[in-house]
Amino acid sequence: MAERTVAVGSKVGLHARPAMLFTQAVAASGASVTIARPGGAPVDASSILFVMGLGVKNGEEVVLAGEDEKVLDELVAMLATDLDAE
Amino acid sequence: MSASPITGVGVGRGAVVGPVARAHPVPRVPADAPSPADPAAAADGVTAVFAEVADTLQSRAEAATGTLSEVLSATALMARDAALSGQAAAKVREGVAPSLAVAQVAGQFIEMFTAAGGYMAERATDLASVRDRVIARLEGLPEPGVPALSRPSVVVAEDLSPADTAVLDLANVLGIVIEKGGPTSHTAIIAGQLGLPCVVRATEAAGLKDGDVVAVDAAHGTVIVDPDEDVRAAVEARRAALAELATDTGDGATSDGHGVQLLANIGTAEDAERLTDAAVQGVGLFRTEVLFLDAQTAPTEDDQAAVYARALSALGGRKVVIRTLDAGADKPLAFVTQPGEENPALGVRGYRLVRAAPELLTTQLAAIARAQATTGGTPWVMAPMIATVSEAADFADAARAAGIATVGVMVEVPAIALRARDVLAEVDFVSIGTNDLAQYTMATDRLRGELVDLLDMWQPALLDLVSATAEAGVELGKPVGVCGESAADPVMALVLTGVGVTSLSMSPAAVPGVRFALRAHTLARCQEMAAAARAARTAPEARAAALALVDAHVRAVLALD
Repeated sequence: MAERTVAVGSKVGLHARPAMLFTQAVAASGASVTIARPGGAPVDASSILFVMGLGVKNGEEVVLAGEDEKVLDELVAMLATDLDAE
Repeated sequence: MSASPITGVGVGRGAVVGPVARAHPVPRVPADAPSPADPAAAADGVTAVFAEVADTLQSRAEAATGTLSEVLSATALMARDAALSGQAAAKVREGVAPSLAVAQVAGQFIEMFTAAGGYMAERATDLASVRDRVIARLEGLPEPGVPALSRPSVVVAEDLSPADTAVLDLANVLGIVIEKGGPTSHTAIIAGQLGLPCVVRATEAAGLKDGDVVAVDAAHGTVIVDPDEDVRAAVEARRAALAELATDTGDGATSDGHGVQLLANIGTAEDAERLTDAAVQGVGLFRTEVLFLDAQTAPTEDDQAAVYARALSALGGRKVVIRTLDAGADKPLAFVTQPGEENPALGVRGYRLVRAAPELLTTQLAAIARAQATTGGTPWVMAPMIATVSEAADFADAARAAGIATVGVMVEVPAIALRARDVLAEVDFVSIGTNDLAQYTMATDRLRGELVDLLDMWQPALLDLVSATAEAGVELGKPVGVCGESAADPVMALVLTGVGVTSLSMSPAAVPGVRFALRAHTLARCQEMAAAARAARTAPEARAAALALVDAHVRAVLALD
């Protein structure tokens, strides 16, 4: 199991459109990925309800975990950008 | 022949005939629902229903536009959420009844979202909507909430939540009938703003079915099923007449040209901006306490000046009457609370705050003066809850010293109505707040619904106090306005005109009806109505006496009988 830590780049945090785009990307990858606040309980990263439920704000860090390192790296790059700005 | 009408409480004066579109209630799930016979099949069924609900919502989102489309898309996304359907299906596999499993899993997320507050709490509503749709489908019940309207319809519901009204396809809503609720409920207020005929608390409307044709009459608070030709003709006549009323945008005046200003009551700068193109002659009451009520500290002179300037600019050169802070009693303020008042309505409220916190008034007057200077407008300014001539004189001195040209006071305390001549010698105008004047004259709490008959504006004692005030104004040649809800009653508006009131301020939606009533009567006729009402001994007799003198066409169009 690999882990990556990344600060959320979206200005609104991991809510609304950014949360939607992120969870869709996780689902599309087909990989099993979890997301957590550092030290917190990991939740299914493909669930918009769980992801929004974390209440992550702009600049706060999250920990992604999964088997597929390539997928994790892509998701990290995604979270680091401002997804609302696209 | 039509059956006897369903009765309720009407909101507005409109009427309409159309087919019923029922909004269905949220399904209830019994906590002891039995386990499924085949848990695995039932679990697959739950997963399938989530997908069906998501598809339905998504196709509706694509058909809709704007906010509605966004709300539906977000809701569809939640219905498609793997965690939501997955956890519900897992519970069913363990033997929990499908509807119960959905309710429990959704409930956990809703709780989590609500606890997070703000944006997340708003999403809890979308999630509840997904939950209700899935459960309804599982139970074989009609889809809850407001249906997608394919034709102009009368929406009938047990009750409508703000979320329901937010997704109403207004282009196809002819009217609204609610079994519960009250005239001040959210739905009633929205219907009033949109000018839709609305009847609330119509208990028997529970029997109405989709496709039933009904005539909704807001003026009489009735819903008639299968209306006959006579009813349809009457509704059509009212619709045409009301549409005609709205085309008259002229100044308020009697048929013989006696002018009575028609003004709007507002509470915020946004309200003022909505009046920019409205057919009102200005603002007769700008309640400034809205600026203060949610604040933890008094708003600064800068903040207040900006709000007043926005309002003045929105009204162009039209008249704007600003009322200084009316707090205390039922409107407590965080920074000037007077704890432990046993009778707050009789305590330190309105102008009396000057005794406890004089800087509030000084700052407010300075802010108004600043807005006046930056916009070039000339607001009139008045103080609430004045009880003595000395208070009126003190306020006038303070306001004039701040640079306000036209200074007045509210007449809400009977003492001041009885001494209106002396008060008007000190100020430039007065405005009668009929709601508080009724409360203080009749010694009746405004908030006690069961005593509403005592607060009737047609009470002869109230008519006497209003008349005494208006007569003093006529004698001294100074304006006397009315800014309570009674000004919105067309018959009362005629009587007020008859006793010498010079301006009527009300909610903007009520203006066309009052303007129409004024146009149809001479000043002499209004004076006759006032004399007839004042000669009566009871409130119902007073109204009946005035109504008997109202033009028959006006009575029919405004449904005053």
